[in-house]
Amino acid sequence: MQWEVVIGLETHVQLQTKSKQFSGASTTYGAEPNTQACEVSIALPGVLPVLNKKAVECAIKFGLAIDAEMAPRSVFSRKNYFYPDLPKGYQISQFELPVVGKGQITIQVPAGKNTQAYEKVINITRAHLEEDAGKSVHGAVEGMSGIDLNRAGTPLLEIVTEPDMRSAAEAVAYAKKLHELVQWIGICDGNMQEGSFRCDVNVSVRPKGTEKFGTRREIKNLNSFKFMQQAIEYETQWQIETLEDGGTIQQATVLFNPDTGETRAMRTKEEANDYRYFPDPDLLPLEVTEADKARVKAEMPELPQALQARLISEYQLSSYDASTLTSSRSLADYFVSLVNAGAEPKQAANWVMGALSAKLNAEERTIVDSPVTAVQLAALLKRIADNTISNNAAKQVFEGLWAGEGEVDAIIEAKGLKQVSDTGAIEAIINEVLAANQAMVDEYKSGKEKAFNALVGQCMKASKGKANPAQVNETLKKMLG
Amino acid sequence: MALNLDDIKRIAHLARIEVSDNEAQETLNKLSGILGLIEQMQAVDTTGIEPMSHSQDVTQRLREDVVTATNQRELFQSIAPATQDGLYLVPKVIE
Repeated sequence: MQWEVVIGLETHVQLQTKSKQFSGASTTYGAEPNTQACEVSIALPGVLPVLNKKAVECAIKFGLAIDAEMAPRSVFSRKNYFYPDLPKGYQISQFELPVVGKGQITIQVPAGKNTQAYEKVINITRAHLEEDAGKSVHGAVEGMSGIDLNRAGTPLLEIVTEPDMRSAAEAVAYAKKLHELVQWIGICDGNMQEGSFRCDVNVSVRPKGTEKFGTRREIKNLNSFKFMQQAIEYETQWQIETLEDGGTIQQATVLFNPDTGETRAMRTKEEANDYRYFPDPDLLPLEVTEADKARVKAEMPELPQALQARLISEYQLSSYDASTLTSSRSLADYFVSLVNAGAEPKQAANWVMGALSAKLNAEERTIVDSPVTAVQLAALLKRIADNTISNNAAKQVFEGLWAGEGEVDAIIEAKGLKQVSDTGAIEAIINEVLAANQAMVDEYKSGKEKAFNALVGQCMKASKGKANPAQVNETLKKMLG
Repeated sequence: MALNLDDIKRIAHLARIEVSDNEAQETLNKLSGILGLIEQMQAVDTTGIEPMSHSQDVTQRLREDVVTATNQRELFQSIAPATQDGLYLVPKVIE
């Protein structure tokens, strides 16, 4: 039988705020245990939550970015369960009325072994504001668990998709796209190691061509794209084999073990209504007005899709170039500054995606800490455009800039890379070469085109690579008659 | 909707509240009374009335995103039954 995998994602995005969702405690990562756990974080009796304005703005930004329906009023609810890292006995979340409703994200799925690259629209069901729990630390004291509540109350936006994905590749493409988007709009630092972006993946399988969804298992807390891919592939295969062996799938929460590459059931899921959600009487309905949305929108950067379209229409870049350059905000920012500093767009794109990216990759750096600034690169491209240096010489200047040897013109001067475009000087070089290579001249005259290129090569060599190649070509042709 | 004793036991378990069989019967009667009252209210025609999520018709006031809390770990942990290295200690929990 042919099977089809059905995947939906729930992503917890930690919002970039200084203080917590409902209190003025700091959210800085890595502090000493419980030094950022105020009375609200540790749930002392009598404390009241007060909602963080910045977190609400982050949610609005996300809603605008995915063109989502946004509720004029949304409601905070209590999700009740007992766990030591949740001292209130409930998590404040949103249930019936989330701040962000239905929206869409278009993903680009890269080509696989037997498939071509394609685009697909993933429907977003909702995104809601909630708070994170604390952390349990095991093993410090025999028979006890340690609780650190620094993270308790940290603002999260949980983004939920429809079960729209049909392969691990699609799920990873979606996760990557979302990861890039939340950083692009500045609501999340995207640090997966520190848990700022965590994915729960719901996986089920069904016979291909059938409508009814299979029973799903939820893979919890994946914090790397590589693990996500492995976990989904393993889980899919496990479910198919279980069903083919005549077994049934129990709804469950599973964990992925990166060491074995396997998923393992953590607990069978209790019924959803076990959480006994109800509106939190400590919090009033959250109002998001049209004016709020307009104010937030004015602060937002141009979105990747819009910028991509503009790069194509305004700068005549290919859709491949435009898509590559908008794959991250920092790369796009660099490119835009380069063009704004006067670089010709197509040439700028080639340099950013070529020499600059290659060098960054080789040194495992990101564009944010590129030693060559956009202004410096623009100055370099200007010297190519005005024929001061050749493309080859430009590469040497680029290396110089990278090594911090100074500004463009100084490096050209120091390395003696200035291109010779003086007609007299070029004619002198050509005369010298022609006199020394009579055999080649004869070959050319007897109709051997190759000899011409060899002569150009000799001229370039004689000028130590400094002669303007186009000019050498032209002048040589003229002089050979 | 009618409740039975099993529902009461289950709700009590979820809330981590210990109820004896006597208390369960008593709680069943009380909760059933409340549900009866709700059933009575549901007979009211509420067509065209927007549901409320709060008894007051006001919206949430927002707080500026600034850190105002200071580290009071020592004070807070002075009333905790057990702590070590800044952590609150609880009986071992393993998934």
